[in-house]
Amino acid sequence: MTTAPVELKEPEIDDVVVPDRPWIVIVWNDPVNLMSYVTFVFQKLFGYSLEKATKLMLDVHEKGRAVVSSGPREKAELDVFRLHEHGLWATMEHES
Amino acid sequence: MLRRRVKRGRDGGFDLRFPAEERDLIRSIGPQLREVLVDRATAIEDGADPAVDRLFPAAYPDDEERQAEFRLLAHDQLLESHLGALGVLEETADADRLDEDQLLAWMRAINHVRLVLGVRLEITEEGDERPRSPRDPRAPAFAVYDYLTYLQGEIIEALSG
Repeated sequence: MTTAPVELKEPEIDDVVVPDRPWIVIVWNDPVNLMSYVTFVFQKLFGYSLEKATKLMLDVHEKGRAVVSSGPREKAELDVFRLHEHGLWATMEHES
Repeated sequence: MLRRRVKRGRDGGFDLRFPAEERDLIRSIGPQLREVLVDRATAIEDGADPAVDRLFPAAYPDDEERQAEFRLLAHDQLLESHLGALGVLEETADADRLDEDQLLAWMRAINHVRLVLGVRLEITEEGDERPRSPRDPRAPAFAVYDYLTYLQGEIIEALSG
């Protein structure tokens, strides 16, 4: 074990680490992807039940978008990537 | 009644049954999508072709800096993934049986082709400007799009069953 070094310098603003606020992954409606396909992809990628996947798909279809997952930045980026692999229109942003 | 094109077999694999002209079509879409993707691999800028951009969406549309980082990490991997699915479709275009991973690759590759065609044909939610005459130059592409929509439905039903 080592003792923590004595901090001589006052931390500058840039040094202050802001804890990573959760990110949300959003899937947007598009006119090509089939409803059955979108539901299938949500089940396959996230392990959601048919019921939950269908509800999310209907939100995408009717409201234009749905939050399909959330978490730290790296996890959200991986989810976005996997959705892009399947041709879904996915983006991510900070939870508001 | 149309005969089922894709059916789950007893051993977990999938049986494929296509009339010859559908096989021809399935064989033909591989090289077309490959050309589009390879063009993408050699192009430097996004935005040259909106149909291809559709296969590489932005993760951070409102944050240029983060999007640039994401693109650097993800773009080539995504291209490789798209090409991988396409490769399976090309290699197995004449197969009578597929395992589940192969069928999942078909599903993705066929969807990529539909997405590209969808942009090119300006498919919208409200319905599209369908060609009225078979002599319309867009008629063949609409026919391919509609067939692939049907085939994808078959594949999803088989995978879900």
